[in-house]
Amino acid sequence: MTAPADRPDDWPNVRLHVVTGKGGTGKSTVAAALALALATAGRNVLLCEVEGRQGIARMFDVDPLPYEERRIAKGAPEADGRSGRVHALHIDAESALLEYLAMYYRLGRAGKALDRFGVVDFATTIAPGVRDVLLTGKVYEAVQRPRGGRSTDGPGGTTTYDAVVLDAPPTGRISQFLGVNSELAGLARVGPVKTQADKVMDLLRSPRTAVHLVTILEEMPVQETSDGIAELRAAGLPVGGVVVNLVRPRALGAGALARVRDGGLDPSAITSDLQRARVDVDAELVASLVAEAREHAVRRRLEDEQRDLVAAEGVPTYELPRLASGIDHGALVELAQLLRRQGMA
Amino acid sequence: MRTARPDGPAPVLDVDALLDDRTTEIIVCCGSGGVGKTTTSAALALRAAERGRSVVVLTIDPARRLAQSMGIEQLDNTPRPVPGVRPGAGGSLDAMMLDMKRTFDEVVEGQASPEKARQILENPFYVALSSSFAGTQEYMAMEKLGQLYRRARQDDTYDLIVVDTPPSRSALDFLDAPERLSSFLDGRFIRLLLAPARGPARLMTAGFSVVTGALTKVLGAQVLRDMQTFVAAFDTLFGGFRQRAEQTFALLQARGTAFVVVAAPEPDALREAAYFVDRLTDDDMPLAGLVVNRASPSARTALSAEEAIAAADRLRSSDPSSVTAGLLQLHADRVRLVEREQHLCGRFAASHPRVPTAVVPAMAGDVHDLDGLRAIGESLARQA
Ligand SMILES: Nc1ncnc2c1ncn2[C@@H]1O[C@H](COP(=O)(O)OP(=O)(O)OP(=O)(O)O)[C@@H](O)[C@H]1O
Ligand SMILES: Nc1ncnc2c1ncn2[C@@H]1O[C@H](COP(=O)(O)OP(=O)(O)OP(=O)(O)O)[C@@H](O)[C@H]1O
Ligand SMILES: [Mg+2]
Ligand SMILES: [Mg+2]
Repeated sequence: MTAPADRPDDWPNVRLHVVTGKGGTGKSTVAAALALALATAGRNVLLCEVEGRQGIARMFDVDPLPYEERRIAKGAPEADGRSGRVHALHIDAESALLEYLAMYYRLGRAGKALDRFGVVDFATTIAPGVRDVLLTGKVYEAVQRPRGGRSTDGPGGTTTYDAVVLDAPPTGRISQFLGVNSELAGLARVGPVKTQADKVMDLLRSPRTAVHLVTILEEMPVQETSDGIAELRAAGLPVGGVVVNLVRPRALGAGALARVRDGGLDPSAITSDLQRARVDVDAELVASLVAEAREHAVRRRLEDEQRDLVAAEGVPTYELPRLASGIDHGALVELAQLLRRQGMA
Repeated sequence: MRTARPDGPAPVLDVDALLDDRTTEIIVCCGSGGVGKTTTSAALALRAAERGRSVVVLTIDPARRLAQSMGIEQLDNTPRPVPGVRPGAGGSLDAMMLDMKRTFDEVVEGQASPEKARQILENPFYVALSSSFAGTQEYMAMEKLGQLYRRARQDDTYDLIVVDTPPSRSALDFLDAPERLSSFLDGRFIRLLLAPARGPARLMTAGFSVVTGALTKVLGAQVLRDMQTFVAAFDTLFGGFRQRAEQTFALLQARGTAFVVVAAPEPDALREAAYFVDRLTDDDMPLAGLVVNRASPSARTALSAEEAIAAADRLRSSDPSSVTAGLLQLHADRVRLVEREQHLCGRFAASHPRVPTAVVPAMAGDVHDLDGLRAIGESLARQA
């Protein structure tokens, strides 16, 4: 596949791309495609997941990822065939806590004791704020990692990244997840975790972050997107773009759709078209194709209503088609190129 | 070992037989996130009521418009009659929406003295635990199911309880959560925190002071004090919690219970469904069958995708905006989707040949009123 001439992207200053959206709308797919799209020649991109599901490994068809940065793919090729690199990291709260303790407190014996007494388990389950700050804290570390510098502390990675993409929790939990500060306030009002949370928050609220929302053109997800945008804004978090995913094929234009809906298609014209195209045609075949098209047209109208609502949010939007054959590495590259073409990367 | 033809048809789930069977007392709808658990549970409950059962449905976070049309937009934790149910067959339908925090609060209030309950309810750790501990919602759904069941037994109010399960990434969470919550509450660290309050100071081992020291460093001293107050206050309730969870778990294994596993015709959802089915088998839990929801509507003609695409290309070479080419392309897309879904369902059936299955097509729009639920119920029952 050849990529067309690249247009300048809409998020040149963003280092951290957070991808959220209603469950099942395609957050993981879009995050992966975006990482591939951002990885142009000479650039390193890190794709992070935090929900413990090994979705990245499945999409890229590699072994389950450890808590360690791994190179997993080349970026989507540019027009001249060159590309950058995509790395992946599976972040789990327990490993992040142990790493955090080792790094900042040089706890040694105490770190081990914490684990032995079930504290790590305790802290990472009971206090969701603590859990979230550990997860976002690790992402923060990867974004802030001094370029060209080598990390000497603990198991932190040494590659530096031009962009980090976070496959984040769904819209319903995103403000809580990113708004670690306020959530944590009830639990840890002072102390180092709080300080860490504040630093993370500074990054998240800065123009170097963009929170993108994935939706499909259905009522509930679009409503959730709109609520999500309002909530992010209220929390002072920078809203990025909306990625409209799983869009039905646009095989028919607006005029044709209207005629399909109104029953205004001429069966004899379709019959002669089909004959010309050397299809073995009868009246039933024509009626079936028209009936299928009418069902499609009904759904397209529902989609269009929702598309207008998305547009009314006034943020950049990008559309990705529903690929009938499902998602594999090749499909991700295809989606990445579509994102690039639309200026998301 | 081969137990079935690899792509052979799965046995059919007979929904009406399940609903009409008076020994069916509880139906639990499980599945991974967004597959249609809430919709399926409401549709099953409505259909059962309109076929003569006295039904209550416990829903969890229904979409706003569905909640409105079922008359349950108020979150007050009590079942209410659903308006518009056809009473012809002598049945009835009540519905409620789970209020997780309130259910938890009520359990605490029911088990502790007013003074102690107040102490617990105000503690920041309790607030965190009762509003966002992963698993609390599942635990509270089970708790509410237990309550409804006991009440229905006592007052003879309902003869069928349909339960929706919380949106979680894995259907297994529903079965695992209560255990997770109780083992958490029985955890080693919690017992350590309790030690100073309970026993002689010598329990304060050297290891423990290292731990508390580290925690204080990381979280600050206040957090540790809050934890300790919480754990001390909660201590006497632990046993009660565990016992209740065990009772409800036993209810789920009872013969009157039927699990309906819901999945979308997608790899992730079907994989989760497979895990869940295996787990039910291992735990001796009664599985009614699998619902494959939101299947793409099948094609109306046998023209293959390849033929359709080839024909569309031929037409477009002379007329790029050919409408007939558009029709062919739409047909090809539809055929491919259906083939892919059938392949995925066939794989499930090959590895689980005995699981009765019902396929429900995607409706054109959201399902948000009783008519929509009836349509889902109809197609659940009409598995030709
Ligand atoms: N553009 C697309 N074309 C075809 N299939 C898609 C597309 N986008 C996503 N999918 C499929 O839809 C399903 C859901 O996608 P994905 O897992 O990315 O969603 P998600 O929002 O991350 O879900 P979750 O909330 O469970 O994390 C997957 O089976 C995926 O392969
Ligand atoms: N067969 C169907 N045809 C069309 N839309 C459907 C169908 N089944 C469910 N839906 C719609 O899909 C959306 C998700 O369904 P539902 O809320 O029942 O899923 P869920 O499994 O309960 O989700 P969650 O895991 O978030 O609780 C709703 O908008 C619902 O109206
Ligand atoms: Mg995902
Ligand atoms: Mg639901």
